[in-house]
Amino acid sequence: MLEVTNAVVRYGAITALQGISFDVREGEIVTLLGANGAGKSTTLRMLSGLHAPVEGRIVFEGRDVTMTKAHQFMALGIGHVPEGRRIFPQMSVEENLEMGAFARRGSYSDDIERMYAMFPILKDRRKQMGGNLSGGEQQMLAIARALMGRPRLLLLDEPSMGLAPMVVEMIFRIIAEIRGQGTTVFVVEQNAAQALRLADRGYVMENGRIVFDDTAANLLVDPRVRAVYLGEEVEEV
Amino acid sequence: MAWWRQDWIRRLVTSLAVVAVVELMTGPSGSFAAPTTGLIGSYNERVSVYGLFVGRRWMVFLVLALVFFGVWSAWLRWGPRTRASWRSTMATPREMAARRPVRWGFYLVLLVVAGFLPHLVNDPYWQSVLVEQIAVFVLLALGLNVVVGFAGLLDLGFVAFYAIGAYTTAWVTGALPTPAPFGIHLNPFWAIPVAIVFVMVAGILLGTPTLRLRGDYLAIVTLGFGEIITIFANNLYGITGGSYGSGGTSGSHPIPHFSISLGPIHYRWTLAPVPYYYLTLVFVVLFILGFSLLEHSRIGRAWTAIREDEVAAESVGINPLKYKVMAFAIGAASAGFAGVVTASQSNFIFPATFTLQLSINVLVLVIFGGMGSIPGVVAGAVVIQTVSMYLIHTPPAGFQESDLYMYIGALLIVTMIFRPAGLIPSRRRRREIILSEAGEAHADEVLTGDVA
Repeated sequence: MLEVTNAVVRYGAITALQGISFDVREGEIVTLLGANGAGKSTTLRMLSGLHAPVEGRIVFEGRDVTMTKAHQFMALGIGHVPEGRRIFPQMSVEENLEMGAFARRGSYSDDIERMYAMFPILKDRRKQMGGNLSGGEQQMLAIARALMGRPRLLLLDEPSMGLAPMVVEMIFRIIAEIRGQGTTVFVVEQNAAQALRLADRGYVMENGRIVFDDTAANLLVDPRVRAVYLGEEVEEV
Repeated sequence: MAWWRQDWIRRLVTSLAVVAVVELMTGPSGSFAAPTTGLIGSYNERVSVYGLFVGRRWMVFLVLALVFFGVWSAWLRWGPRTRASWRSTMATPREMAARRPVRWGFYLVLLVVAGFLPHLVNDPYWQSVLVEQIAVFVLLALGLNVVVGFAGLLDLGFVAFYAIGAYTTAWVTGALPTPAPFGIHLNPFWAIPVAIVFVMVAGILLGTPTLRLRGDYLAIVTLGFGEIITIFANNLYGITGGSYGSGGTSGSHPIPHFSISLGPIHYRWTLAPVPYYYLTLVFVVLFILGFSLLEHSRIGRAWTAIREDEVAAESVGINPLKYKVMAFAIGAASAGFAGVVTASQSNFIFPATFTLQLSINVLVLVIFGGMGSIPGVVAGAVVIQTVSMYLIHTPPAGFQESDLYMYIGALLIVTMIFRPAGLIPSRRRRREIILSEAGEAHADEVLTGDVA
């Protein structure tokens, strides 16, 4: 569904991504793991059109989207939940959801009802300003807003950031549910344990490179992953 | 409670004190020889008391103090209830729709009052102020409000579009040293569409490269653009007439007044301000209608989204550059029309009119009235321009015209303290303030408690 080949991204003289390749197949949840500064966020910025690669190709459903601009992705079927949630603070919950359908013509009231069914808490808060929601509610709103565009692929940037463990669990349950409804999910996460329990496959990044990849189940027991990302002491391998 | 601590006593004393200070400020000034005349004269000078009888100044001001006290007390007594019944801040769309007849009725009354205004003021000075200083500035404020209020772009060079509108009018009517296009001298009526198209194109040309910048950078670039236009006008003698303005060089003639001849109707505008007032009023109403339709359209929602969070706006599929350029071009349109009116009404234009100070003046109107609120910016323009022109026309003791901006600045500071969202804030900003006062943000415990 999504195929990245040998992508290089530079910020001035600094090369943030040194030629990464990966793919996401339809119906999967794929996670990208890595420490701070490994290039996870840059990868997502590249995928959402905020920073174009200088080399390499991104292909989505057979169409080259390497140079596509950020605002064109929603119409192509790629939804983006940006880092730090970035909901519209002075719009009500409902207005935020309406904005999510901006790229789509036609009626969207059914979709709003669908979102309220999926996130009942948002229905309770429908008239509240986005900026007055709690962190977890904002994250749900950001996800719901991205889903309003009926994406076939959903990109999530650090959905667990700054949230309490119980809330993180809720968010991940919701992500599983979204996949259950037929949306493919690509999630960048620092919380490796949670992400791997959710995902089908995972890629691990270090210093702007993808160092290895495997099924999530294998990665969960992989000593390299356990040592670095799950904080366990293991012997040198 | 001691009697002097009661609220109404305090209000009365405050009212008397405020009025006493005003009385002193507006009274005669003393001199070195008789230093007490200023003080005593302020209170004791013989004046006509509302034309009823000849009395003393303190009598007039006592009446004012009591009225002030009465309004204040009434506001405290009934204000909250009245405001609650009028409150549209948190109203649902259906509630807003139910109130629509009331709102439209109110606007209609305002329009009728505006229609009779030149006859109510019935004074040549104020009639020309209505056109040159109020109507034109309402148009400018409406346009800048689209850019600053709706799209959230700080534009410090808005005067450029006003100048382009005025110079385009001078050009197509053949009043500039440079010949009119195809040698045809148009009636200023035809200058309206031409000028509006020109400023919108100027908005697109300026906006496309610069609107990638954000915040302060954009402010600086627009500031520069405003200055460039003024410098061009000042120095391109062969084209714009330089600092002499239009008509400054031999062979050019004044910019004509509007004239209309449609079938049996023949009408010619002259130097008299009132016909210009009605012409401008029609366009003010058209621009208000157009801009409020835009505000609630898909375009308006895109502007709001960009203003609140540009990255988020992009993620939902809004092209920020496209909508920002649209805001620039659309906002410029009303400034361009204001330029046509100014040029045609005053017959001559000079680069000295189009200064940075004018850009800032318009920005002050928008901020004072309430960014993003159309009734707000109209009220802001009317209030500030009226007060300014009153001060210039009937200067109080010790007032000089160059002090004007000091007083406007003080007024703006006071407004920012007591009404930070402006005189008539937009609905969205009122909501924001109410909600932040209520402090409804909460921790995630509520969420997990509710659901888990």
